[in-house]
Amino acid sequence: MRQSGAILSVKGVTKRFGGLVAVSNMSFDVAEHEMVGVIGPNGSGKTTMMNMISGAFKPSEGRISMKGRVISDLPAQRIAREGVGRTFQLVRLLPGLSVLENVKAGAVFGHRKRWGREADDFAHDMLDRVGLDAMSHAPVSSLTYIDQKRVELARTLAGEPEILLLDEWLAGLNPTELETGVELIHALRDEGRTVVMVEHVMDAIRSLCDRCVVMSSGAKIAEGSPDEVLSNREVIRAYLGDDDA
Amino acid sequence: MKPAGMSELVWAAVLVFVAAFLPWMVNGYWLSIGVTAMMYIALSTSWVMFSGPTHYISLATGAFFGVGGYLVGAGMSDYQQSFWLMAVIAPIVGAILAALIGFATLRLSGVYFVIFTLGLAEMIRNVVSWVQNNFLGSRGLYVLTDFRDQHIYWMLLAVAAVVYLLGWFISRSRIGFALRIIGGDETVARHVGINTATAKVILFTTTGFFAALVGAIIAPRWSYIEPNQVFSPQLSFLVVIMALLGGAGRLWGPLVGVIPFTILWEWVAIQFPNQSTLFLGLCFLLIVYALPHGMVGRIEELRARMRRGA
Repeated sequence: MRQSGAILSVKGVTKRFGGLVAVSNMSFDVAEHEMVGVIGPNGSGKTTMMNMISGAFKPSEGRISMKGRVISDLPAQRIAREGVGRTFQLVRLLPGLSVLENVKAGAVFGHRKRWGREADDFAHDMLDRVGLDAMSHAPVSSLTYIDQKRVELARTLAGEPEILLLDEWLAGLNPTELETGVELIHALRDEGRTVVMVEHVMDAIRSLCDRCVVMSSGAKIAEGSPDEVLSNREVIRAYLGDDDA
Repeated sequence: MKPAGMSELVWAAVLVFVAAFLPWMVNGYWLSIGVTAMMYIALSTSWVMFSGPTHYISLATGAFFGVGGYLVGAGMSDYQQSFWLMAVIAPIVGAILAALIGFATLRLSGVYFVIFTLGLAEMIRNVVSWVQNNFLGSRGLYVLTDFRDQHIYWMLLAVAAVVYLLGWFISRSRIGFALRIIGGDETVARHVGINTATAKVILFTTTGFFAALVGAIIAPRWSYIEPNQVFSPQLSFLVVIMALLGGAGRLWGPLVGVIPFTILWEWVAIQFPNQSTLFLGLCFLLIVYALPHGMVGRIEELRARMRRGA
């Protein structure tokens, strides 16, 4: 599975910002239909890793490939067209556009391109999927936080990505919202989507992820099933410090 | 096709038709104001095509306009070319220049883009003046044609109509949608698969093309051209003010802003010839504070309120 079945492969990736090494020599693979969690303490480089996969940043060293093709030297828009879709840690919606137009943005230019009636219909379908179709003509400023997150997810899904990157999609939700959120991601899992998710909500990681990659200070310190890595001594040390390990 | 879009186009066609009769209806003074207004309608509408959706405020209009006027002057005066040939060459040169500027400013946004375009326009003016004074021998150029105000007016009307029609198509096309997304959040734009550089450069090039074309058409009006006159930085500001006064959110916004402002500006220029810059500044402040979305924004606000009331 590791080599041959990998749809996404990260090899020896390092990212430096001036003297700061945010990500150092990271390697991991993601198989098709697999849900992989990238976890680790704050500031361990998880979002930087995601930004490199989506093309927001270029790796300083190493390469990222999708289905055997190197994508880490492509600009973000090309990577999106190759089939990598993402949500952002802090929700990014388009303020001047309606909810429907926000979602349509994903359908028009993405991995599969649609336009006109077809794009509208597809955007409606995606909004329906996240349970928001009733709000399709509302301005985005009138949405609650979870609804904004749903719109962003719908926009990403509208591009029909082959690899979905969720950057702390469950962060900042209240307990009821969290339940809805986890259900939504479960539904994505049941569809057999390939997902890489950065997440802090441990319950969600246990129930959603097939495999976890644990990062600390920019480097990978563990990899395996959620139960395995969460009981790993080094992982506990990274989260809680030496005394509790 | 949505009926609202079609009716907008029909209204535009009716307006163009009615506007074509102006030279038979008014005398010399009002016709000359009509020429000025038509020039600003074409310039502001093409400015809004790019700056409206993207929120990139360009102050380079004067540079493209100047290049258009200057090329007509230089071609006719120094190289004995026909007006028509120069009117074809000028917008092409304007477009090439705009494409180069577009590529150079791709990484700039917000106030940096504004300042860069302003500085660049000044630079082009000085370079052209310098070349003119040092190498081409003469300080001014003669543009002598048989055109009278009404001919210039009609040509400008045709350009304005084409700009509007093109803008109408663009606003309903994928690239128009892409520009609105770029205006909303450029990072999102890239991550949904938009080639932001291409979209921006194409539209910026289009505005450069039309600004140079308008500059070329208006050149015969002056008969005698000096670089400092055609490259007036004030023009760039006027185009922005008129577009903002009308409302940059709609393609027909500039139309609403240009006509009252042109008349007002003519009056100010005659009554207070030395205070016109002061007046320009005051207008800027007033628009930004009182009409952030322009007159169009106010009209739509009122319409929405009336609908709710009814």
